[in-house]
Amino acid sequence: MKRFVWAAVLAVIGCGGGEGAAGGEDESPMTMEATGPRGEATLHAMVKFEGTPPANPAIDMADEPSCVAKHQGTPMDPRVVVDGGNLANVFVYVKGGLPAGATYSAPSAPVVLDQDGCLYTPRVLGAMAGQPIDIQNSDPTAHNIKAVPTENRPFNISQPREGMTTTRTFNTPEVMVPLECNVHGWMNAYVGVMSHPFYGVTGADGTVAIQGLPAGTYEVEAWHEVFGTQTMTVEVPATGMVHAPFTFSATS
Amino acid sequence: MATTALPLEHATHAEAHELSFIQKYIFSTDHKIIGIQFLLMSMLFLVVGGLLALMIRWQLGFPETAIPGGALLPETMAPDGFLLPEFYNSLVTMHGTFMVFFAIMPLLVGVFGNFLIPLKIGAPDMAFPRLNMASFWVAVPAGIMMLAGFFVEGGHSGAGWTVYAPLSADPEWTGVSYGQQLWLLSIAVLGLSSILGATNYITTVVNLRAPGMTWFRLPLSIWALFITAILVLLAIPILSGAAIMLFFDQTIGTHFFDAATGGQPLLWQHLFWYFGHPEVYILILPAMGMVSDVIANGSRKPIFGYHSMVYAIIAIGFLGWIVWGHHMFQSGMNPTLGMTFMISTMLIAVPSAIKVFNWMGTMWRGNIRFHVPMLHAVAFVAMFVIGGLSGVFMASTPVDIYIHDTYFIVAHIHYVLFGGSLFAIFAAVTFWYPKMFGRMMNPTMGKVHFWLTFLFYNLTFFPMHNLGVAGHMRRIYDPSQYEFLQPLAGINQFITVNALLLFASQLIFAVNFVVSWFRGKRATENPWEDNGLEWTVPSPPPHGNFAEVPTVYRGPYEFSSPDVSEDYLPQTTRLATDRTPAAGSEGGSA
Amino acid sequence: MSWILPPGVSTFASDIDFLYYLILIITGIAFVIVEAGLILFIVKYRERPGRKAYYTHGSTTAEIVWTAIPAITVVTIGVLSGGVWKTVKGRNSVPPDALPYGVLVKQFEWNFTHAGVDGALGTGDDFTLRNRMHIPVDRPVVMRMTAEDVIHSFFVPAFRIKQDAVPGMEIAVWFEATEPGEYELACAELCGIGHSNMGGTVTVHTAEEYSRWVAEQSTTAALR
Repeated sequence: MKRFVWAAVLAVIGCGGGEGAAGGEDESPMTMEATGPRGEATLHAMVKFEGTPPANPAIDMADEPSCVAKHQGTPMDPRVVVDGGNLANVFVYVKGGLPAGATYSAPSAPVVLDQDGCLYTPRVLGAMAGQPIDIQNSDPTAHNIKAVPTENRPFNISQPREGMTTTRTFNTPEVMVPLECNVHGWMNAYVGVMSHPFYGVTGADGTVAIQGLPAGTYEVEAWHEVFGTQTMTVEVPATGMVHAPFTFSATS
Repeated sequence: MATTALPLEHATHAEAHELSFIQKYIFSTDHKIIGIQFLLMSMLFLVVGGLLALMIRWQLGFPETAIPGGALLPETMAPDGFLLPEFYNSLVTMHGTFMVFFAIMPLLVGVFGNFLIPLKIGAPDMAFPRLNMASFWVAVPAGIMMLAGFFVEGGHSGAGWTVYAPLSADPEWTGVSYGQQLWLLSIAVLGLSSILGATNYITTVVNLRAPGMTWFRLPLSIWALFITAILVLLAIPILSGAAIMLFFDQTIGTHFFDAATGGQPLLWQHLFWYFGHPEVYILILPAMGMVSDVIANGSRKPIFGYHSMVYAIIAIGFLGWIVWGHHMFQSGMNPTLGMTFMISTMLIAVPSAIKVFNWMGTMWRGNIRFHVPMLHAVAFVAMFVIGGLSGVFMASTPVDIYIHDTYFIVAHIHYVLFGGSLFAIFAAVTFWYPKMFGRMMNPTMGKVHFWLTFLFYNLTFFPMHNLGVAGHMRRIYDPSQYEFLQPLAGINQFITVNALLLFASQLIFAVNFVVSWFRGKRATENPWEDNGLEWTVPSPPPHGNFAEVPTVYRGPYEFSSPDVSEDYLPQTTRLATDRTPAAGSEGGSA
Repeated sequence: MSWILPPGVSTFASDIDFLYYLILIITGIAFVIVEAGLILFIVKYRERPGRKAYYTHGSTTAEIVWTAIPAITVVTIGVLSGGVWKTVKGRNSVPPDALPYGVLVKQFEWNFTHAGVDGALGTGDDFTLRNRMHIPVDRPVVMRMTAEDVIHSFFVPAFRIKQDAVPGMEIAVWFEATEPGEYELACAELCGIGHSNMGGTVTVHTAEEYSRWVAEQSTTAALR
């Protein structure tokens, strides 16, 4: 009996330690030497929206006056941002077509996710697997950040004070990793974790330029949190710009 | 094999020299060494638990100041020296866990159950010495696992020491997975240690009493440890079973405690407290027993109402099983059950009151010697009374609506577990130190330690009642979030300063303990002029304890007997009027 | 530092406060008797050379007295408490005319569904507020409370009410506020890393003010 218990103890401690280390950056496959090809072409994605966009829900922020003060009028939950028929916050990325086995090293410069006015800025962002994500709290109130990925290791951390920055990384490509704040149930953000650097998020003009693609035929996907995904095949020449027009509509 | 192994277990002095250092001090089967091993381990965890408490207090007292030494803590615990809420929750959880399971419980049961039972009943060792050794060496990995939880990804359990489901059942709600799993495994393993120990204590008390040591000549410490061992044997398996169920919820998704998939969150509370309330008495009965021994000695008087005291121990041991629901009055449990549990809880105040009045009765018209153990024992009575009386508030279900989960509860538990159990442990350690180590502790340092502890203890914990009365919730990271708690910031600071001083005062004890071990005055056989069997053998007693099986002629509390000129009369002293007990009439003999 | 409870503003607050003060007085007396007795004995019976302690093994009369008195006292407290408990939390204690509220508790928010102008839940004019509850004065309200994830506890110190919210259970909690004003609400059960941020307010309106407020809110809700 005693021997069994010892074995169990050792197994658990070993297992716990091992898994913990696997979560760190150093074992990430993305830090291997980058061999993936790069080119000079630019993929220019334009995302349009047809029809009347659904209204965004109002946020009941009354219990958080410091955040209300950062908004003009009733704070709205910016799920759908359409300006002149251009759809913002669409994550566009190369889904297929890169040579098998191509690897790209993650930049050491972090991407920044801010919490400001009890909303995430940006709401949709991309990061390479292994790339640091700096999560900042610009609000004079407490936030927690709960990541609920399916492929990556989940975390649930808090930032009780204004000005805090916490750095986290995701090590496995995943579209998308949802982030949420449970103190403020309306706060949602989405992180696209990529194995390569060919991705972007549309701005207010509904466009994003993905640069440095080598010539080839690619499957490109556009992801939106409300309207789902669309894919298209794009022929990319050696240089110059190729357009990828996407159109979402309220019924899609 | 069998022929060489068996005699060692009941080794007499003749065989002692054959033991190597490792057999004698590390993998020892000697109950006294095992008791000392438990003492050193649980004092270590007492320090760990204390440090965690200081971090909790710092956060509550000085949330705007980085914690001293906080730079040593990793970013997942305290970035820039400011504690994170998730780490604060781990601190709250682990302070309670270490203090209850790894400090107070082993200090009372592991240390003194081991050290005192054979010596006080006249046995050469425990009934099962190797089982006894196993009980210590199973506790060690449990402790290591519990400490390891701080270093795994996601941090340590943050669900409170009662690890309520579903918060504890699914990593989704806390971000803690390995920490909680280590917690549960550690508790299950520690439970095995307790069960092995309890089996041994019960068997030993029933079978190995010396001739003449009738049940009603047993010291109250042994009665209390005996009833405690029965509680341990019956209660711990329930916790172990519940912990294993929760472990499966955590790891393989059994959902025993998850409402969405057919489980029931309140089931965890029922299982936990069905163990947990007997546990509360496991943590106080041995303290009561040992304090009784010390108070009779200090007062130089027989225990007042010895039989009442025994029956009160048994009554507490029984009633302890039917009061667990008072932890759940506001849980959503059937309110009619609330009435039942209120009455049973009220009733358990009665045996506690009997004990308090009998201790006072013992001191009444005594000739009180204020040696250090006696100071701690009297403080135990004075403080336990406060803990007992504050219990009446929360036993009253309507009052509990208001004070449940507030600092009133925190004050109550600390008056019972620190003011009660820990003062009793100080009394017991200082009382039996000479017998354990063959040296006297320094009495001046002992008195300074006592008075500082008594003072800062009360300044730390008494104001917590007032916090509770003002509605201050327990386990909150940042009271300033609430306007109604903001005026209490000053009290929180006051408590924190005193908690730091209370901790610092324990250094005196630590120094006294260590220095006396090597430099203390040599102890005589019976430095306190007591009657118990342990005081008839050398300090420290040899392997096998008694050169020959002692014969017992009377109870342990015959102080100031008119039959002798001294004010004490050892249990083994044969007066002209004493008869030899009939052979084999009481207990077994080795 | 005070032993006085903060002002209670619900119908049963005075009953609970009465029991609290009764127990405070009884335990206060017991406390003084025991501690004074201990101090007296410590001083009076301290060791003096040449004296021997009084040799006695106890007194049956004394044992009976100090068994009976605490027993009678605590059972009396228990019986008195039982009545109040039944009023506040008994199975059939919810007043039939109580204004209903739906409460969904989650990490780390209270979502109060107000019944709207018609005073009934499940109708079109219901609206939900986060961390804010509005009630009329002098009218019992009943919350049907459930939790989405883990156990939380609804605690309004001024109303002397506390009740755990448990996933998978719908628990009815009733109270009746007696003073208009704004009162703080807290979570009293450790519920995760945002536990101490889980506060809120209960606003008690006069009857007229409440009708006006609820009409206004229902209109806004209908517009959404």
